[in-house]
Amino acid sequence: MSEVLAFIAQTLRIAIPYLFAAAGGVIAERAGIISLTLEGFMLGGAFTAMLGSYWSGSPWIGALCGIVGGLALGMLHAVSTIRFKADQVVSGIAINLLAVGLTRYFLKLVFDSSSNSPRVAGFSAGTSAGALMSGLLRNPLIPIGLLIIPAVAWLLYRTPFGLRVRAVGEHPEAAMTVGVSVKRVRYIAVALSGALAALGGAYLSLDQHQFTDGMSAGRGFIALAAIIFGRWDPWRAGLACLFFAAAETLQIQLQGMQAIPSQFVQMIPYVLTIIALVGVVGRATPPAALGRE
Amino acid sequence: MTGIETAPRASAAVAVRMTGIAKRFGDCHAVRDASLEVSTGEIHALVGENGAGKSTLMRMLAGIYAPDAGTIEVSGRDVTGWSAAEAIDASVGMVHQHFMLVPTLTIAENVILGREPTRGLAIDFPRAEREVAAAAEKSGFRMHVRQLVRELSVGEQQRVEILKTLVRGARILILDEPTAVLSPPEVQELWRVLRALRDDGGTIILITHKLDEVTEISDTITVVRAGRTVARFPTAGTSPASIARAMVGRDVVLAGDVVHEGVGLAPLSNGADGPPALEVRKLIVLGERGTRAVDDVSFAVRAGEILGIAGVEGNGQSALIEAIAGLRRVESGEILLGGRDATSMSVRERDEHGLAHIPEDRHRRGLVLDFSIADNLILGRERSYAHNGVLDRARILANAREAIARADIRPADPMLPARALSGGNQQKIVIARALSRPTMEPTIVLLAAQPTRGVDVGAIELIHARLRAARDAGMGILLVSAELSEILALSDRVAVMYGGEIAAIVPRSDASEEMLGPLMTGARV
Amino acid sequence: MRDRIVEAVLPPLVALLVSLVAGDLLILAVRQSPGAVYRLMLEGTWGNAYGFGQVLYKTTTLICTGLAVAVGLRAGLFNIGAEGQLAAGGLAAALVGLALPAGTTALFAVPLCTLGALTAGGAVGFVPGVLRAKWGAHEVITTIMLNFIVLAGLSWLISTRLRVPETLHTQAIHAGALPRLSALWSAFHGSAANGSLAIELFAALLIWWLLFRTPSGLELRAVGLQPDAAENAGINVGRTWIRALTISGALAGLGGINFVLGYEHYYEDGFATGAGFLGIAVALVGRSNPLGVVLAALFFATLSQGGLAINALVPKQMVDALQGVVILAMAASVPEVRRVLAHARGKR
Repeated sequence: MSEVLAFIAQTLRIAIPYLFAAAGGVIAERAGIISLTLEGFMLGGAFTAMLGSYWSGSPWIGALCGIVGGLALGMLHAVSTIRFKADQVVSGIAINLLAVGLTRYFLKLVFDSSSNSPRVAGFSAGTSAGALMSGLLRNPLIPIGLLIIPAVAWLLYRTPFGLRVRAVGEHPEAAMTVGVSVKRVRYIAVALSGALAALGGAYLSLDQHQFTDGMSAGRGFIALAAIIFGRWDPWRAGLACLFFAAAETLQIQLQGMQAIPSQFVQMIPYVLTIIALVGVVGRATPPAALGRE
Repeated sequence: MTGIETAPRASAAVAVRMTGIAKRFGDCHAVRDASLEVSTGEIHALVGENGAGKSTLMRMLAGIYAPDAGTIEVSGRDVTGWSAAEAIDASVGMVHQHFMLVPTLTIAENVILGREPTRGLAIDFPRAEREVAAAAEKSGFRMHVRQLVRELSVGEQQRVEILKTLVRGARILILDEPTAVLSPPEVQELWRVLRALRDDGGTIILITHKLDEVTEISDTITVVRAGRTVARFPTAGTSPASIARAMVGRDVVLAGDVVHEGVGLAPLSNGADGPPALEVRKLIVLGERGTRAVDDVSFAVRAGEILGIAGVEGNGQSALIEAIAGLRRVESGEILLGGRDATSMSVRERDEHGLAHIPEDRHRRGLVLDFSIADNLILGRERSYAHNGVLDRARILANAREAIARADIRPADPMLPARALSGGNQQKIVIARALSRPTMEPTIVLLAAQPTRGVDVGAIELIHARLRAARDAGMGILLVSAELSEILALSDRVAVMYGGEIAAIVPRSDASEEMLGPLMTGARV
Repeated sequence: MRDRIVEAVLPPLVALLVSLVAGDLLILAVRQSPGAVYRLMLEGTWGNAYGFGQVLYKTTTLICTGLAVAVGLRAGLFNIGAEGQLAAGGLAAALVGLALPAGTTALFAVPLCTLGALTAGGAVGFVPGVLRAKWGAHEVITTIMLNFIVLAGLSWLISTRLRVPETLHTQAIHAGALPRLSALWSAFHGSAANGSLAIELFAALLIWWLLFRTPSGLELRAVGLQPDAAENAGINVGRTWIRALTISGALAGLGGINFVLGYEHYYEDGFATGAGFLGIAVALVGRSNPLGVVLAALFFATLSQGGLAINALVPKQMVDALQGVVILAMAASVPEVRRVLAHARGKR
């Protein structure tokens, strides 16, 4: 029983950053902006959250600073792709490299380290197997992360803004002709995706009480994989996040037995995404205007 | 016809007045100097050739583009440069030629988009659906508001578009080429709706290039030519010939006249003698949604004849041509090219066996716009212009110079990118390439899809002459055109396509607009 | 014609200017003088033979990943997986070098190892080509995903089968090593620049010839500009996509010989890190033109090596940020310049 609980708790801990990033990415992608940037948003958010917590001593302010960092990177991506009509893939890659470069630069500048920050105040989840479940509740980002998927689903499917996002991502001209500002919807969508993915990053640095260089470690791309595997639906993307996290947990728990090499577990999300795109089990069709002006 | 007759009907209030409007997109002057006056409670036709600037002018009225120069007044108020949202608030609605509907949303969602009723922070869906359903019923439209738009037929989609504007309280309704995709009964249904709206005090602006529609439905006509408004008439008492003259800018012989008077009519070939150049047997081709776009079609085109395919657009003509050209998968059936089975040949193999193709969408399929004229003229044949694996530039240039001279392509600079040329000259490149085959067998079949679409009148005559010459040289030509007049002017036999099937094939001598019209709507003879 | 040249050259200049300004800000943030920093950067890269040798070494790999991305872009495809292809090429070169008996003549061993690198990279590029051509799976996503899959697979191979204990690299190759440039010119002593530079420059020349002088190249460019028109003219679009991504992958794989044959003489896990994304920067700034790619590779290599030179004044991580700035400015200025030019043409 406690093993099952431990498994669930561990899965959730791994899944939270995926859920945040995927929730944000779904909004941007449904508005027609490619979410290659999730990785950079997460890394930037992890860094600014650490910085905020370091200077204020409060993880709450840290989380807030994480959001601000994500918003800033999000706006940069939005301005370049919407105002300057930059290629979304190229701009996304630039944002990711920029996040890597800036976090390294300021890590060196502020803490004179090229690998990690000092220990900062964070949200501590329990580490011993028995206290895992109650420990989860001590980190407020975990319940928020679990609620973020329903929240984004509600936003997309039940609110005027969500309807406009879905229209803009499928047929921007149609939205424009009824007076919906395509640019404004996309600006907001990208900013939201930056803020949410950055919260996922903030979870990482606040959970570990420090920032380490490159700590997003490809999680943004796993979230993107979850979005595609979930066929651009927040519910299905959330389930994909949980599934990927469960696979990782399983691998960690089986590590002692040398059953499956960790590298093969790492491949799971990527292999599944390619399978989803190839359409073996129902073809994944992206929003029609994804990546287009 | 010179000068613009601007005196409005004295009694009617002016709904729309546009003065001295100009609009440019990059290098292209879409509208140069246009003025328009529309009275309240009339159906006003805005006519002109394709690309004359009609749609751009109306998109400025609907607030989608801002004019570079000029003023726009609606009901006496200066609204120059307003936004789409402001236009909608002022009761101006536009139904676009390409529907502005989001296929993945429901009818209700499409209709409320941009002005969603809310309860709290969320959309009040029950109320929205109730209101949309009520509005639909009021206009006599039968629809289920929760249905996804992508599941609707084109006619139904157009009704959703009109509903969108009505729900927003449109009193000035702009329709851009609304009949292009409709069958005649659907057109009559549309006229009924528009007349009811006008009689209710609404103002309607109808963009079209079809003269028969203009005379049937409109009260007043404004003619647009090359970005300028050049004439304004009351419909009553104006002859189609004078409208046509204003559209084109010189006297034209209307296709209908040609047919009836026999002037310039190509002699019919003795089709019965030629062996079949192209044979299609029980061809089935699937469309986008898995339905049969071409449904069990069989026919033959003989060497030395033009078989024209008439029909309302979207009845499978494009799929048929693409299947014969090798661009679309054939579900079942056979295609024979000069007696040889070509059903599973690649595009290139068909080309090598004598099939030439003038595609309907020149910009997308016909040319690589950023390639030079010279490279476009050898596209697809580049391997026969190579020597030891290297492109032979001298031969490519020589070929270009020769083709430019023969087809009268202007400007005559082979290194110019195709993008820099006019539509007519671009089409000349496409046709020159289709009909040239330096080292292979002669062309035996030519597929000509909408060969004169978006082409100026001068080039149309040249292209028609080229097609007739190709026919007289012994090619079998399969012609598809949305213009019935073009079909009648060129064809030796006429086939009518409806719903993916060939409804009938008749000799040209038996064909007339009166006879073909009902067939195009699905009526059986 | 003049417009086309302006349209090609102006965006990189704008990007350079923007990144200079951004660089100034980052330098001023640590209270240093930008002039002094840039001077130091130049001295440490082009100012002495060792530094220049290191620049050439870094250029060599970037030419390959840059060419890889450029060939993809010419065919209208975005190859984001150059890193995995590069790593696969490196491992293949090392495996061939290990399989050959010691003392095999370089004349025989180097081409074989190079062929191994080309084949492995090409194989990794072939897969997204087929996925795109046969199933329409978008190559941006599949190349990213495949990147992770390949890198994880290679990491598993190294950690379980091939490594020298306690390291993450293989044994040294028995044959196929390329001479360092210092063997020709002793001033380069200590720098890693090696004979593979000549091979990569030759590859750039070959790709230029392929793109602009052969029927295949014309087909590839036609497919990249307007696939529907190419298809209509009888060009097999799917096959061209597969061909382009295979060539693209092979070019990235070729980059592996720089590290394996020219520098360390073994394969090491992680040697390719970052080279794929930088290849995108190189291809963009080089405007997908092989000559431009060589120049852009030189620029980014200078920036990267320059970071080490300025570390005393400014954290070397500054150049990591600047790389992002260059790409972002490049991405934004390409469409902007095109728009401004079109506007100016309209005015005339």
